[in-house]
Amino acid sequence: MSLVNTEAQPDLLVVQDFSLRFRGAPSDQINRVSFSVGSGKTLCIVGESGCGKSVTSLAMMGLLPAGAAQINSGKMLFEGQAMNLADPKAMRKIRGSRMTMIFQEPMSSLNPVFRIGDQIVEAVKAHSDATDAQARDRAVAMLQRVGIPAPAKRMRDYPHQLSGGMRQRVMIAMALVNDPALLIADEPTTALDVTIQAQILELIRDLQAETGMGTIMITHDLGVVAEIADTVAVMYAGTVVETGPAERIFNDPQHPYTIGLMSSIPQLTGARGRLSTVPGMVPTARNMPAGCRFSTRCPFARPVCTTEPPLVEIGDGHQAACHFAPLEIKLKESA
Amino acid sequence: MAQPATPVTIDAESAADPVLSARPENRVWKKFRKHRSAMLGGVLVTFFVLIALVAPILPIPDPVATDWGAVRKAPSAAHWLGTDELGRDVLSRLVWGAQASLLAGVVSVAIALGFGVPLGIIAGYFGGWTDAIISRCTEALLAAPFLILAIALAAFLGPSLTNAMIAIGISATPVFIRLTRGQVLSVAAEDYVESARAIGLSTPRILRRYILPNVLPPVLVQATLTVATAIIAEASLSFLGLGQQPPSPSWGSMLNTAKNFLNQAPWMALWPGVAIFLVVLGFNLLGDGLRDALDPREH
Repeated sequence: MSLVNTEAQPDLLVVQDFSLRFRGAPSDQINRVSFSVGSGKTLCIVGESGCGKSVTSLAMMGLLPAGAAQINSGKMLFEGQAMNLADPKAMRKIRGSRMTMIFQEPMSSLNPVFRIGDQIVEAVKAHSDATDAQARDRAVAMLQRVGIPAPAKRMRDYPHQLSGGMRQRVMIAMALVNDPALLIADEPTTALDVTIQAQILELIRDLQAETGMGTIMITHDLGVVAEIADTVAVMYAGTVVETGPAERIFNDPQHPYTIGLMSSIPQLTGARGRLSTVPGMVPTARNMPAGCRFSTRCPFARPVCTTEPPLVEIGDGHQAACHFAPLEIKLKESA
Repeated sequence: MAQPATPVTIDAESAADPVLSARPENRVWKKFRKHRSAMLGGVLVTFFVLIALVAPILPIPDPVATDWGAVRKAPSAAHWLGTDELGRDVLSRLVWGAQASLLAGVVSVAIALGFGVPLGIIAGYFGGWTDAIISRCTEALLAAPFLILAIALAAFLGPSLTNAMIAIGISATPVFIRLTRGQVLSVAAEDYVESARAIGLSTPRILRRYILPNVLPPVLVQATLTVATAIIAEASLSFLGLGQQPPSPSWGSMLNTAKNFLNQAPWMALWPGVAIFLVVLGFNLLGDGLRDALDPREH
């Protein structure tokens, strides 16, 4: 870690009240999502499949198909500048140079018909006037940094000649070759086996320490979160239900959904029995409840839950979107 | 896919296994070589291409030189494949006609590829109104039978070999638009296209480097098969007098004159017919072989 006090710096990326609705959908898929991430810090966006975590990140990269969704970006600041998602040219300049993204499937994320070296060189040249030789040198150095042995030789390989873990390293090299300030990693380890997962996470963490880039890690794997997150944003049905420092979220979850999520982690110690689950199903866009979107499955739901819950500050930047947060106190009061 | 335990193993592995370290093209070539009928097709096509290329230096008579003393002579030592109604050597006309036929096949397919692939890519990648307009026009063209369309266009442009090639090329274009568009739809949804966008590559670059090379294999197969169709189309147009103009030789126009002498001089019709059959067979076998070799499911 650098010795610079990152706390004092303004946040690298601030997203406030970001909403998104797909064309023709009856309700907002993403509803007033807010989060922020600082340089050198890792934000984990956690949530089950379909909660909108990937869509949010794709939207922030400007990667959603044009016209597919109506975006109300609220306030979005990247490196202190307002981001205009509606300006594809500006977004393309940022993409790959200042803000970059890696995806879930390393097996299919590389172009099968070109050598990996050429693909990394292309990423360099997309954002600089480097000559072929300079770009090549940077690509080799980057492959070295992501831990690929004999990088000069591997440059000449085609994607099908590499294993999944190697390909994910190549993807990371390609994403980071232009020294971006922010890396968005969309479930970068889901498709890999466990030992490789650990290697890739460690690699991302090392590179982060080296370069001071901020990272947004999108995952549904709470093990990954515990390992690398500084802050966590828990998403449910397109809303951020709880956000805060990782240890607070794990040790003292305040939103009923987070509590349910945490208690569904199998424990090594303690009584063995049925794993606890959150009953019911995530509401679809068509039958999205008014107010708190978790109210249909919440064991504590009251009539007041049909109104939009406030984001309640619990302390240390720990916030929960619940009428009854902090739970212990409020529930006692209302009982 | 398992991760090798140490970096050294990776090197040893890939160096030891020639298939693993081979470029994809090499694997395709290997498969292609094992494909017997494809190799036969390749040999046939190569044979006719060579013949067409060396026509000027072959020791054969001038294909347009008439000889009133040897009209409609059966095959003999002097004229191996006989002579036609003006005493011209059939072998010589066949060899020079190969130029017209192959040129017509290749040039018209090149025209079809040149228009069809870019339009298909634009339609498939951008979608929306662009796609709707291109696709509707394509369907309108496809509604007319290929040969009828080619004849109509050739008649409109005026009879000449060049115009015949243009007419055939335009008639073959819709197939390529459709095929390319469909391929683009599936390739554009691939993760590598999204990651290309995530590293900030421009749209033209993505189309050129990521979309085009990945849609090409089936398009190439279709192109090979279409060369065969185009050769037949050229022969048909020449047969109708809309292609190669006399006295220049072309297989189609040879058949056209031969039809008047089927009883007296059947060899006049036989040889151009055999030549068309063989070259079309060659291209078809070649296309089938290419399709099998490029099929990723069998890798």
